Amino acid sequence: MASTGVLTSSERASGWRPDPVLWVRLAIIVGVLVLWQVVAMSGLLYQDVVPQLPAIVAALGRLLVNPELYRNLWVTLYETVLALVFGGVAGLFVGIVLGGSRFFGRAFEPYLYYLGPTPKIIFFPVMIMWFGTGGGSKIAMGAFSCFFPVALSVAVGMRAIPPILMRVGQSFRASPRQMVQKIYLPAMREPVVNGLRLGFGIALIGVLLAETKLSNQGLGFLVIQNYQRFDMPAMYALLIAIFVLSMGANAAITRLTSRSAASGAR
Amino acid sequence: MRSLDRYGPAALGFGGFVLFLVVVEILIRLGLINGYIVPLPSQVIVALERVIAEEGILPRFLLTAGEALGAGLLVALIGIPLGILLFEADLLRRATENWVAAFAAAPIVLVYPLFLVIFGRSSWTIIAIGTVAGLPPVILKTLEGLAGVRPVLIRVGRSFNLTPWQQFRTILFPAAVPTIFAGLRLGLIFAMINVVGVEFLINFGGLGPLINELSERYDMPATYAAICFVVLVSVLFFLAVERIEKWLRPAS
Repeated sequence: MASTGVLTSSERASGWRPDPVLWVRLAIIVGVLVLWQVVAMSGLLYQDVVPQLPAIVAALGRLLVNPELYRNLWVTLYETVLALVFGGVAGLFVGIVLGGSRFFGRAFEPYLYYLGPTPKIIFFPVMIMWFGTGGGSKIAMGAFSCFFPVALSVAVGMRAIPPILMRVGQSFRASPRQMVQKIYLPAMREPVVNGLRLGFGIALIGVLLAETKLSNQGLGFLVIQNYQRFDMPAMYALLIAIFVLSMGANAAITRLTSRSAASGAR
Repeated sequence: MRSLDRYGPAALGFGGFVLFLVVVEILIRLGLINGYIVPLPSQVIVALERVIAEEGILPRFLLTAGEALGAGLLVALIGIPLGILLFEADLLRRATENWVAAFAAAPIVLVYPLFLVIFGRSSWTIIAIGTVAGLPPVILKTLEGLAGVRPVLIRVGRSFNLTPWQQFRTILFPAAVPTIFAGLRLGLIFAMINVVGVEFLINFGGLGPLINELSERYDMPATYAAICFVVLVSVLFFLAVERIEKWLRPAS
């Protein structure tokens, strides 16, 4: 990512030349779109499954001016952010404890390591029992999902803190709270933020999947509603919107962190 | 002292887990936790036996495992060639490597309603989701493995005047195999997670729907037991895949 950025800026300085990478990207996009349209028009596959491009574009237009989208978008974002806050804080705490002590790390980290990749969505019936069918169970689902990557990332980050920084803190007789605030968190900004970035994506998936399973609002609910109406162009449009949203959020967090890391290094 | 150092953490981990269950059991019996929402751990353990004996666990497990392995196979058959393609065509790589990485971070599993329309409510939908979810790590790791081959090995090949195909078959690919295996392990795990998740979501297939059925019967101990069982199976699956990877991986 960084190397292409450097390349284009130096090219810009020496006058604009068409970048072959850009051309290849454009060619791929155009090729896929043309292929799609040809398949749609050929009638080889059901037209409902592969709708023609104008139908999808029209559906996207309708979707973007529909206030329903934004109402549901806010619901999903609200649930995801709360999930990230709860899961992230819990993950941070557990990560610091496990990463800070070799003994606790060896005792409990294997559980996290192996529970982390299990499919979290199967806990959803339990979440419904505990937190109800409303937003609570979605937030819990997201928080539970994102707890694991944050905790593991923080634990690894804790272990990578140079011991000299710890000793500085100890020689100042810093309290545990001061150690966390002044030593641990600043020293492992990168793994923490990386964990939160991963956690955001996973919390979003948890929330969206929970919404598709049982809900009456949120983007996941909209997807399932389109499926039940068999409105394929609208479903494609909605999926495109969700993918753009999640990739955009991911890119934004990455940029935010690289900037803060750069300013921290100064 | 040394044995304490070696087994202490593991004992604490396991002991902590057991203690947690005992505390929950006591809290429920005291009425501090609602027993209708959280069943007694002892009941869950009893229910685990019932779930295994009465719910046809073996065919369910085999179906889920078959779907996960099918998806894993497709991931290998599609992902490794795509990784090689990106390695050979540098321009294509520069154009699309970030796309693949972004794709890996996207909520791919959410397209399952789309696949439901295309493949119907069948195992194919589940396998398709598992495959799509498992592809990015395999593509990226194949690329990483091939790009990371030590230059000295490549020069050895050149000095033997190998043809590009020989160079690939005898030098590049074998040198990249360890990294590719790491990618396959990730891909298989991603595929398995998504297979079970989608099974649960569309209520079709092996282990996933089991949890649905039991929770719809409001059989709480059995629901918890089934969740524990699926988690246990996934953990064993990860352990097995990790072992196999270590076993297959040539010493690097």
